[in-house]
Formats: sequence, structure tokens, C-alpha cells
Amino acid sequence: MTNPLVTFRNVEKRFGDFVAVRDMTLDIHEGEFLAIMGSSGCGKTTTLRMLAGLESPTAGEIRIGGRLMNDVRPHERDTPLVWQSLALFPFLSARENVEFGLKMRGVAAAERKHRALDWLDRMQIAEFAERNVATLSGGQKQRVALARSLVMEPQMLLLDEPLSALDANLVIRMQGVLTRLQKELGITFVYVTHSQSEAFAMADRVVIMSQGDIAQTGAPRDIYRAPANRFVAEFVGRNNILTGTVTTTNTGGTEIATPQGNFTAQTPTPPPQTGQQVSFTVSADLVSLSGDAPGTVNQARATLISEEFIGSVVTLFLEGPEGQEYKVQMQERALTGFDLTPGTDFWLSWEPGNANILEAG
Amino acid sequence: MQGRGLNIILALYVALIFTFIFAPILFSLVFSFNSQRFPTIPLGEFSTEWYVKIFNDPDVWQAVRNSLIVSSSTAVLGTALGFCTAYSDFRYNFRFKGPYLALILLPPTIPLIIMALAMLAWLSRIGLSGQLWSIILAHSVLTAPFAMAIIRLRLHQMDPDLEAAAWNLGGNEWQAMRHVILPFCAPAIVSALCLTAAVSFDEFAVAWFVSGLNKTVPIVILEIVQGNIDPQVNAIGTFVFLTSMTLVILAQAIFISRQIKSHS
Repeated sequence: MTNPLVTFRNVEKRFGDFVAVRDMTLDIHEGEFLAIMGSSGCGKTTTLRMLAGLESPTAGEIRIGGRLMNDVRPHERDTPLVWQSLALFPFLSARENVEFGLKMRGVAAAERKHRALDWLDRMQIAEFAERNVATLSGGQKQRVALARSLVMEPQMLLLDEPLSALDANLVIRMQGVLTRLQKELGITFVYVTHSQSEAFAMADRVVIMSQGDIAQTGAPRDIYRAPANRFVAEFVGRNNILTGTVTTTNTGGTEIATPQGNFTAQTPTPPPQTGQQVSFTVSADLVSLSGDAPGTVNQARATLISEEFIGSVVTLFLEGPEGQEYKVQMQERALTGFDLTPGTDFWLSWEPGNANILEAG
Repeated sequence: MQGRGLNIILALYVALIFTFIFAPILFSLVFSFNSQRFPTIPLGEFSTEWYVKIFNDPDVWQAVRNSLIVSSSTAVLGTALGFCTAYSDFRYNFRFKGPYLALILLPPTIPLIIMALAMLAWLSRIGLSGQLWSIILAHSVLTAPFAMAIIRLRLHQMDPDLEAAAWNLGGNEWQAMRHVILPFCAPAIVSALCLTAAVSFDEFAVAWFVSGLNKTVPIVILEIVQGNIDPQVNAIGTFVFLTSMTLVILAQAIFISRQIKSHS
């Protein structure tokens, strides 16, 4: 693989006693769509602001294209940002907003106008070029903000929760616009969001942050199917988490004794010690439901508590011995024939290959 | 029914306030066009005699010229000073920010006569008293808090990301100031210019103490009144009133119209 475009090496950012980002080491590659995801206060926005030069790290090194960037001022960088608030200049027209960066860089008026109109056209809002931005709709403003950053022809575009102010339908449409743009331009997108659906729908790779640390980095599918630790498993949601003691372990699988019964999970590298306390996860959509004991390796008994119906997919919430919670996600049509009265007992089962042991901690 | 009774009382109250504020001004306006020397009813004939008289008085002309120089210079200096303090409040966090702001807002709370004496003592000590410049300096200190209050209000309405967005797009701090902060504050700055000019144009006590022989309009008014009862005072008073009112209304109109526009 070529050298990464951006490298974080043991980067730390403190605000007084508060550690916003702790010992972060991360590579961002050229042309990738990277999403940084986490709940508020996890350090994702601080990470983005450090890339833009709006904060400087208190320790460690940030390099862009090999150049040490720790103390490079924001205006000396080529890292345009699409702001959560959009931060459009309210006293300027759409076209003047898009021209702003070019004007700062000393581009001549005629070329500025030409390039700005080009981008407005590309974002399909050329007809609003001379309108004051205050008069535009949410989606139109979004497109002006994107054009204002992209007209700078950057190597990398930073996006800070740009879709959070839009309604659900528009979010889906803008996701399409963003992924298509990123592929067409072939530039790096670094996209900060708290929304799992946005991150998973668009990104090539997702970084999940928690309290200043990177909890897991990986492709959306890998994070979804094999969360590395308890935090990610809970954050990603729709995961069943069981805890027990390792009885045997070999390359074929690891057996774990839990209050719910004995289960077999995939053996991670490095393998766990016999007698060690471990947790493992099974995605809710990989659990099968049956009325009678299926007689397979991983089976557990549970009582139905409630169901959540959202169109074609139904999530069942069940409870096993000692208050163990289970979630099972199924197609609505696959549930015909089951008695779904709360209090009914069921058997749950899953393939050993779909049970993933979490890192300790 | 109770609410309606209360409304009537409140309406009366407001009417009384306006009567007490505007009746004397209206009185002086009416008598400035009255041919009789003494303000008595019934009125004499309509006359512009008193306007002609002040129009031909070189002392009045000199005072108007002085006042215009002082109020326009004060407007520029006071507004610049007010803008700088408002911006430092908006942009930076530092220790003793509370006392810093309180200190800046202090001048209007000091009785004018004390302020005037202090200014005179200080300016004469450093050899700056008795000139037009002295009034301009003193008035700039006096009016800066008004400018700051207006501009600070405007800055508080600004998305704090706007300035950072300008840096992010390649503007240095001066470019961000010139192309983002100043245009955003423009309506407040124009209002502040009008308001500080109006305050300076009307101000008597400080001007009287530090001006020496350079009389401004309010000082000339006092001299006319001291000399003899003369309806010239009504004429010149009407002129001063119209000037200040125009400036203040302009300040309000510009600020409010922008406010509405940026919230739509």
C-alpha cells in the first residue's frame, strides 16, 4: 500500500484536565472514505478540528502528506471543512460564498466566478447562484457548503456531521450525493458523525471512538459482524452479549460455560486462557428462533418480553435465566406461525462461526 | 374586563410619558416660528425671524462647525474603540474579563460634572486642554460604551464558526476580519456611528469644561440663554433636536432592519 495521506502518531489533546483525545495512532489513506463515529464528547470532532488546524495537539504528531502539521495555522492548510452549522456567510449570495476561498487565495475575479458557477451547476443549484443564502432551503444550503469546500480542489475534505440538520428523506439523498462525489473526485473524505447508519452506509472504513480512545477501526461489515469489545458491541446495537468462563479452547472453537448454558464461539487470536472470563457477541439477525429445542451446539432458552415492529423487520426482546437479555431480528414474514404473546418460551440458536469473543475491558 | 381596564391605564401612562417628553420640544418648535419676543399665548404671527437671526450669527456658525467636527471625529474614534472591546470580548477568554468589561462600561455611570472636572484636570496636566481635540478625546471615552453595547449584541448573534470558516478557506486573521467580521457587524457599526455622533452632538458638561474657547452648539445655547431671553434659543434648539433625532432614528432603523433580515 502507498504511504498514508494522514498519520496520527500518539496524538493527545487536552483541555485543562479533560483529555479529549488520548494517544491516538491512525492512518488515513488517499482516496478513502473514512468515518469517525462516536457519541458526543468522544473526541471525534476534536480529531477533525486538529486536522483542520483549529486545535493543535498537546502531544504526538500529525502529518499530512508527510509534512508535520502540529502547528501549521488553519489558513495555511488545504483542509476545507463542511461545518455542522454549515457556517455559510449570511451577507453573501450563494455564488459569493463559493468564491470566498478562491478570493482569499487571490484568484482573479473572472476565474473565481467561472469556477464557482461550475460547482454550483455540478451541485444542481446554479439557478440559486445570486440568491442570498438565508433564503435557501436546508438541502440547498448543504450543497452550497459542499461547493464552497470542493471548489478549492482539496486532496481531502473534512465533514463534521453535515447531515444532522436535515430530515430523514433528505439525509438518504445527500448520502448518495456524497458517496458519488467521493468516488468521482477520488479524494479522501473524513466524515465525523454520531449516526451509525450514515457511517455504515457511506464509509469504506469506520473509526469508533469512546472517551478519547479509538475503540475499533475497520470496514463497516467487520465492525458489525465482529465488534472488538463490549463498547463497540453495545454502541453498534442489535448485538447479544453473553459472559462466561472458558472451559476448552483450540483452533476449531472455544467453549464457554455461562449461566445460560455451554456455548461454542470462534477462537480469536491470540486465543483466550482456559478459566478466563470472556464475553462474546452474536448479531441479533443471526439468531434463529424455534418452539422446540433444535438440538444444535449453541442453544438457549428464553422468554419473550416484547417486540418492536418497524415494517418488514421485527426485533424480539427476550429474557433468559439470571436476567440475560436477548435480541432477535427477523423478517416479519418469517414470524408467521409463531405465538408472539409476551411470556411465551422459545429456543434460540446460532452457528458457532457467528459468535465472536470480545477483547477484555 | 379587568385586563381591559389595565390596558387603558397603561395606555394613559404611555401617553403621559410621551407628553412630558415631547411637549417642551413641541413648545420650543412652535415658539421658534412665533414673531413675539416672549412666549405667551395668544401667539403672534408666523415668522422665520429667529432662524434668520441665528443664520446670520457667525458665533453660531462657528459652533455648528465645531460640533460637526467633534461629533464626527468622536463617532469614528468611539465606535472604533467600542468595536475593539466588543471583539475582544467575543473572541478571547481571559482572566479578569468581568472587571475588564465593567471598566469599559463605567463612563456613562459617572456623573457628567465629575467626569468633566476629571477630564479637565487630566487633559490640562498633559497639555491637551482647551482645544477641539480635547473634546474629541473626552467624548470618545464617553461614547465608546454605547458603541460597544450595540456591536457586542450583533457579535453575539454571529455563528462563532463563521470566523473559523474564513480561516479554513485560506483567509488569515486580517482577511477574516475584513471579509467576515466587519461585513457581519456593518449594520451595528453604522448604528453605533449614528448614536455616538448624536450623544457627542448633544453633550454639554464635558465640552464646556475642556473646550476652552472652542464652543460647540450646546455651549452657544447656554450663552444665548444667559444673555437675554430670546426665541433664538427655540430656533437653535429645534435644529439640535432634529439633528440628534435623525441620527438616533437612523441608528435604530438600520439595526432593526438588519435584525429582521438575518432572522428571516
